[in-house]
Parts: sequence; structure tokens; C-alpha cells
Amino acid sequence: MAPLLSVKNLSIGFGKDDAVVRDVSFDVAAGETLALVGESGSGKTITCRAALRILPKAAQIRSGSIHLQRADGPVDLVTLGERQMRDLRGNQVAMIFQEPMRSLSPLHRIGNQVCEVLWLHGRKSEAEAKKEVLSCFERVGFPDPERTYSSYPFELSGGMRQRAMIAMAMVAKPKLLIADEPTTALDVTTQAQVLGLMKELQRDTGMAMILVTHDLGVVANMAEKVVVMNKGRVMESGAAEPLLSDPAHPYTRALIQAAPQIPAAATPKPAPPREDLILEMTGVSKTYSMRAGKGWKAPSLIYACRGIDLRLPRGKTLAIVGESGSGKTTAARIALGAEPPDPGGAVLFRPRPDAEPIQVHNMDRAARTAFQRDAQMVFQDPYSSLSPRMRIQDTMTEPLEIHGIGNRAERRERAGEMLNLVGLGQDMLKRYPHAFSGGQRQRLSIARALMLDPSLIVCDEPTSALDVSVQEQILRLLENIRDQHQLSYLFISHDLAVVARIADEVAVMRRGLVVEQASPETLFHNPQHPYTKALIAAQPEPDIHRPINLKLVAQGAGSPENWPEQFRFSGIEAPPLVPLEPGHKVRCHV
Amino acid sequence: MTQLPDGRFVDDAPYDPDAALQELERKDLDAPNWVLIWRKFKTHKLGLISGAFLLICYLLLPVVGFIAPYGPNQRMSEHLYSPPQSINFFHEGEFLGPFIYPMTSEADLETFQWVFEPDYNTPLKLDFFCEAKGYNIAGLIPSNTHLFCAPEGATVFLWGSDRLGRDIFSRILYGAQLSLTVGLIGISVSFVLGIFFGSVAGYFGGRIDWVINRVIEVLRSLPELPLWLALSAAVPSNWSPVAVFFIISVILGILDWPGLARSVRAKFLSLREEEYVRAAEMMGASSGRVIRKHLIPNFMSHLIASATLSIPAMILGETALSFLGLGLRAPAVSWGVMLNDAQNLASIEIYPWTAIPMLPIVVIVLAFNFLGDGLRDSLDPYQQ
Repeated sequence: MAPLLSVKNLSIGFGKDDAVVRDVSFDVAAGETLALVGESGSGKTITCRAALRILPKAAQIRSGSIHLQRADGPVDLVTLGERQMRDLRGNQVAMIFQEPMRSLSPLHRIGNQVCEVLWLHGRKSEAEAKKEVLSCFERVGFPDPERTYSSYPFELSGGMRQRAMIAMAMVAKPKLLIADEPTTALDVTTQAQVLGLMKELQRDTGMAMILVTHDLGVVANMAEKVVVMNKGRVMESGAAEPLLSDPAHPYTRALIQAAPQIPAAATPKPAPPREDLILEMTGVSKTYSMRAGKGWKAPSLIYACRGIDLRLPRGKTLAIVGESGSGKTTAARIALGAEPPDPGGAVLFRPRPDAEPIQVHNMDRAARTAFQRDAQMVFQDPYSSLSPRMRIQDTMTEPLEIHGIGNRAERRERAGEMLNLVGLGQDMLKRYPHAFSGGQRQRLSIARALMLDPSLIVCDEPTSALDVSVQEQILRLLENIRDQHQLSYLFISHDLAVVARIADEVAVMRRGLVVEQASPETLFHNPQHPYTKALIAAQPEPDIHRPINLKLVAQGAGSPENWPEQFRFSGIEAPPLVPLEPGHKVRCHV
Repeated sequence: MTQLPDGRFVDDAPYDPDAALQELERKDLDAPNWVLIWRKFKTHKLGLISGAFLLICYLLLPVVGFIAPYGPNQRMSEHLYSPPQSINFFHEGEFLGPFIYPMTSEADLETFQWVFEPDYNTPLKLDFFCEAKGYNIAGLIPSNTHLFCAPEGATVFLWGSDRLGRDIFSRILYGAQLSLTVGLIGISVSFVLGIFFGSVAGYFGGRIDWVINRVIEVLRSLPELPLWLALSAAVPSNWSPVAVFFIISVILGILDWPGLARSVRAKFLSLREEEYVRAAEMMGASSGRVIRKHLIPNFMSHLIASATLSIPAMILGETALSFLGLGLRAPAVSWGVMLNDAQNLASIEIYPWTAIPMLPIVVIVLAFNFLGDGLRDSLDPYQQ
């Protein structure tokens, strides 16, 4: 039987430049899932956009064909007329985009946006369309379809919006669904649930799916066939099972190795004695008051983080893990003195082992300057953390200039040394940041943080904007530097597997509270809290024999009011954080 | 491509996993900002042409006296309201080089108008690099050499003459000196005020921001034209033309800054969220340093573009004021002052060439708009 979609020798280029997609071929059969895997810039998105002919204006399809099997025989999507193409889009081939926050129009009700597909293809009366959409909403897991139908996108969370997008794509019952990184912008637990939903829908409707992703873990959970792309070329393609368990191409091997993995369970180590603490946070809370929309109402309080006690020993790494909005970044900002905690909380910082601890939030000018030398930060977004108008050299020497250290030549020499330390060449000093890739920029920003020879570095999701293979290199670099320079890290992340590798202790946060805290070995070997269990279970791994356990995820990631009795929150009341064993604390009623 | 026994395809081109680290990802972007901006600006043809045109115009300003055949206030009392004369090359099929037919004037005793008729029998050749009325190059070096002047016994009024018998072409050239610089002076005043108030409001926020915003709103709600009128009416009438000119441009600048301050403030607010700014703050940089080193360089280009787009408003403002007789006053020459003569509908009907000064205004304003548009498009060259 002919495949549903067959791409042959496809080449796409922009303007007069070299082709960005070269000679790509693959087939998708009905009911099958094909994963297009690659890093950013590998041409995977362009390839699947070509199938719907929604390429950017400057791009042209240079050669090749894309055949779609229809009831009346195959049609070539490359040469099909624009009017016929419109009939196909949404009807036969549907697409889900990456950003759930931006792919729904904020001015229209969700129901109307989803119904539009049915109206456009002129198949339904209004009442019928609504009925169909409501049943589709129920199918994708909205608890109250009627309410969702008449709500606006901003009333829904990211995961719910992505469900609405899926409903929009599914409602016309397409034969082929193209999902362009459908879960990249979502938290890991939400991702697991959305992936589970997509798989279930596919099983029920028998449609084919092209899944574009950079995460081999997602591939292992979803796909039967895999195409690995790099720089516009296919590196390896074939069935998922052999490809993932025995990769033939070195690039595939590198990708699989780079994927962060949950360590095999090891015996829990007792926590090391902690005497020499570099950073100590006791009873730190932060409450923001939001002015109510109506003037006569009292302002509502938002508890960004509550009662946080964290201790970071010198030369170690303490990781804070949580989904977006869990308060982890607020905790880090308080630790760096960028924001004051609520009264009662204190942050102590000991720059040297024998020095007197300083109160981070009660410093005079001189102490503050000294603190700013000793504590540095590495930011999340490599594209916005370097000023586009400054040469790398000026960016690198800026911290020294602010603190008035050294003369020009010395500063420049130090900048060169630091570049070498992070694995970059000295010739980059004269350049501007826009020529560099994300990974190179992140290295530059690490080098800048090291310029003042600090003792504490706060890393705010330093790898979440990077490709998997680059993430691996950056983590290795951070580890090396920590060991060479006796640095201590406060490492913020949403990815438990990343943290497992670099941290000595992990604190899992949910709704501003630490729910479980232990060494990574203990945490992975013996997780106690349902949320921790859900995080671990939701982690996609490039191992085809370890599917995501959706039940665990759904239970732990749900509302804290629905956790088992022992762990349950009621309103803002939560159980206390109690030590279960040495070095392992869980928030529960014992 | 090789096919493995289990049906997999594998690429066989050699693959080096470590190649990426030292390599530049975007080689096309490996250049300083101004090079990137220039590269992109070059593709905006209309902006490029306008920019070149404006550059030439401004470079010519100091030497307009050389190009103009007459002085700005030189009167030919025999030739009031003389129509434009053309420069010809062929006389009765014979090539003579550039010459003109002299005008003969005659009073029509029925309409009481002067009637000008070219005398087609006596072509008179133009003189080049000749000596005529003295002028100062750039206002400093005295000279009396002109590019071309009228031959003995004739006039050369390319665009006609006005009610006092002054050459409109020469006056437009002299008028450009004031009309074009009024925008520059005004925009500098507005630039300084706008950057100062905008950055204070954007950086410090809170109460200061609130106050500045309200002041901007109040200023913007004042009706513009009456305010100009009131302010320029307050200029003492015994001041010299230069002082009046200067004060008019300052007035235009003072009324223009709110718009600029608003865009500066908006840009500041968005730039403050950028991580490099937060990084500098966390390293201990003072607010002055953050503003100077990080914020201003990053939005200077935007400012220049928006300034370019608001120069036309200044030029038009000066024209409007002078047209109403409240801006520059004779003997100063500007396009607005010249249009003041064209206020009378009857005189435009009979002597349409007195309205010619509108032409350079339209051309210059358009050129600034195109240039500003092109600049705005090419300012973020590294965002694809």
C-alpha cells in the first residue's frame, strides 16, 4: 500500500544562499508516527512546513516532491494550486504549533476558533459544528467543555491551550497531523500528559503524525519511525527501535549520549557533614501584594515562596527544581540580594571559610560591593544576556571596570584567559555577539561571570534555551569549572534529569514551598512525595522500553488539594517539612 | 546513503562532532553594528537615494551664494512679477550653447499689468564664473564669483521674480539655509530634552515616571498652532533676524520633545528587562553607568530614526509660522517667508510662480520621510 505522505529528495533554500534542506526523503504510512529529530537550525521545521506550503516568503522549494495519498490518488503538494491547497489545509493535513501562548487569537473565544475549521471547509451547520467541537473538547480532556467553548485563550493555562490547539487540529479529522515541537514550551509534567493525549487520539482515529522535536526522550515515547537531521541533511532514518538502541551514525550516538538521563538507582549516600556553609537561607518568604482591580477591595497577596530553608556548602551544588511559577527564581533573586525577603527571613553569606558571615539584606555600601564581586549570576536566555552593541571584549571587561580592578592590558589579558577556560578562542574578543550560536553565547556569559573570580554562582536555568547536545557540553563545562575553582552553585532548573547530573542536593518546589529535599541519589531511588514521583515519571528518556507512567504523572502534577491525605495542602495551609531520614526531607504529615 | 540490513538509512558523509565550537554560527553577521546597518540600508533604494539627496543639499548650504545668480534681497525694479525664463541651447536650428532670450516689459494700459514678452531675435549667452553681487561663503569668506549670471542688459529668472523684482530661484536657495537648519536645531533641543526626561521616567519609574507622563500629556493636549503663535508673538519685534530664527527653532524643539520622550521611555522599559542590563546591575554598576553604557547605545539607533522622521514636522512648523507672518521676518529669507507672498489668492492666480517655494518643501519633507523609513527598517540588522 502506498504511504500517506511521501517526501522525495526535497531541497529548500533561501534566496541565493545554499540550500538549508538538502535531499530529504521519508515516508509516513497511515496510522504511523514519524519523528523528525534535530537541533535548532537543522531544517526540520522548514521541512514539515513545506508539506503545508506555509514557508517564509524568501524560501523556495528547489527540487523534490511531496506526494499526499488521497482517496482519488496521490497529489503533489509542491505543484498543487493554491485553492486546492487551501482545501487540504486543516481538512486533510493539520498542524500544531510550538507556542501555545501565541497560536490562539486572544480576541476570539476558543470555541469559535476551533469551529472555524469546520465552517471554512463548509461541512457543518452551526449547531452541528458546535456539537462536534464540544465532543472533541471532551475527548482532549477539558473537564467542562461548555465553559471552555465560551472562554478566551488567556483564561487557560499553557497546557490547556495546547489541548485546545490539539482539538483545533483534530476536529476536522485530518489524515495527517504535523506537530511542530508541541510540548517544548510546556512543563515536564504537562508535556507528559499532552504526549499521552496525542498518542491516545492517534490510536482512536488512525491518523498519521509527523512529530518535530529535539528531544529523543519524546521520540522514544511516541514514534515508530525516526528521521535524524543535522544541518539540513538526513543523518539517519529508519525504525525507532533499532535506531535508538543501536545508533549507526555518530551524530545520532552523540545525541543519545547527550540526552539527560535519570541515574540508575544507587544506594543513598548519607548527607555530608555541613559545617562550611557559603550560603544559608533561613525562613525566607516573599509575598507580593497585587492591587485589586476594584479600588475598595483589599490587595490580594501572592505567596511567591514561603518558609525556605536552604544551606549551600562550599564547593557544592544546590539545585532548586520546579515548574514555572513555583517560586524558584524568586528564591534565587533573594539569595543574590536583588530583592528583600519578607521580615523574619535572613540570608547569610560567608565569602571565605573563616570570614564572618554577612547579612545579604543588611549591607553597607562597601560590603555590597564586595558581595557583588563574590556572587555572580548566569542567565537563562543566551540571546539577551550579552549586549548587542558591545564587543565581546568590552562585555567581558565590564565587571572589572565597574569594580576598578587592573588596567586595560591586565583586564584584556584576563578576558582572554577566561575565554580559553570556557573553550573559546581569544580571537573572539574583537567580535560582536550576534555572530555566535546559543551555546557559544552561554559560554561567554559563563566566562563573564568568572571574570571577578567569584565564590558563588547562581545559574538560572542556564541550559533550558539550548539544544540537548549543547546542554550536555555546558553542563560538563560548569562541572569542570566548579571543581577547578572551588565554586559553589545555586542551580535553578525545571528539568530533574539535568539537575541529577550536576547537583549535590536537590530541593523540589511547588507553589512556593519546598516539597522534598534530598541528595539526587536519594531522590531518584526513594522519592516520597507524589510531585517528585510525577516529575521523575514524566521525564522522557531515549529508552524505548521505559514509557512514561501517565497515572503517576497525573496524580502528582495535579492540584495539591488532590494529593494523598498525607501530603495534601488545604488552601495555603501545607504540611510541615519533616526529615524522613538523614538528609531527606519531605513535606508531609507523618 | 547506505542502507543497513534492518532497513535503516545512514548518511556516509564524514562527520566531525567537535567542529561547531570554534566556528561562527552566523558568519554573515560577523561585523560591527554599523556595517550591518549599512548593508541592510543599502537594499532600501528609496531611502538610499533620499539620504544621498539630503546629504548633497546640506553640503551645498554653505555655498548657495555661488550657485545663485542674484543675492537674496537684490531687486530688479524693472522686472516685477517677471515670469520664469528658460535656458535654451538652439537658436533657429543652430547650436549656440546656453543662452536666454531677454524679456521685454510693456505696460498693458487696459489691465494695468506689466506684460512680459521674450525677445526671440536677440539670444544672449549666459556668463559663467562671472563676478556679480558679493556674498559670504559659509557666512565667513567674502566672494563675488557666481556659477552663472545674466548677460549684460538681460535677466536670468529661472523661476520668475516676485512682487519686488527679486529672483525666486536665488531666494529659494538662500531660504534653504534657514529652512533646512531650523529642523536640525529644533531636533537637537527636542533630542536632549526627550532623552533626559524619557530616560529618567523609564529608568526610575514610580512617582517620577508618573509626573513626567502627566506633563507630557498636558503638553500634548495643548493646541499646537495657537501655542506656537503665542510663543512667537512673545518674541520682541526688535530682535535681529538671526535671534528670531534661533528662538523659533528652540520653540519648535520645546514643543516636540514629548513624543520623543515617550518613545525613549517605552524603549527603556523594554530594554530594562533584557538580561544584559540585569547582569550589569547585579555586578554593581551604577544607574548612570547602566544608562550610559547599555541602554543609550542600544536605543540610539531607534532615536535617530524617530528624529529623522520628526525633522519634517519642524520644517513644516517653521513654514507654517512664517507663512502666517509670525515666524521669521524679512529681511531673513526662508521658504515660509517666501510663501507669505503667496497668501493672496489673486496673486497666485495671476503669478502662479510665486507659489514655487512649495516645491522644495514637498521634496525635502518626502526625502526625510523616506530616509527615516529606510533607517527604521535597517536598525535591527541582527534580528534576521
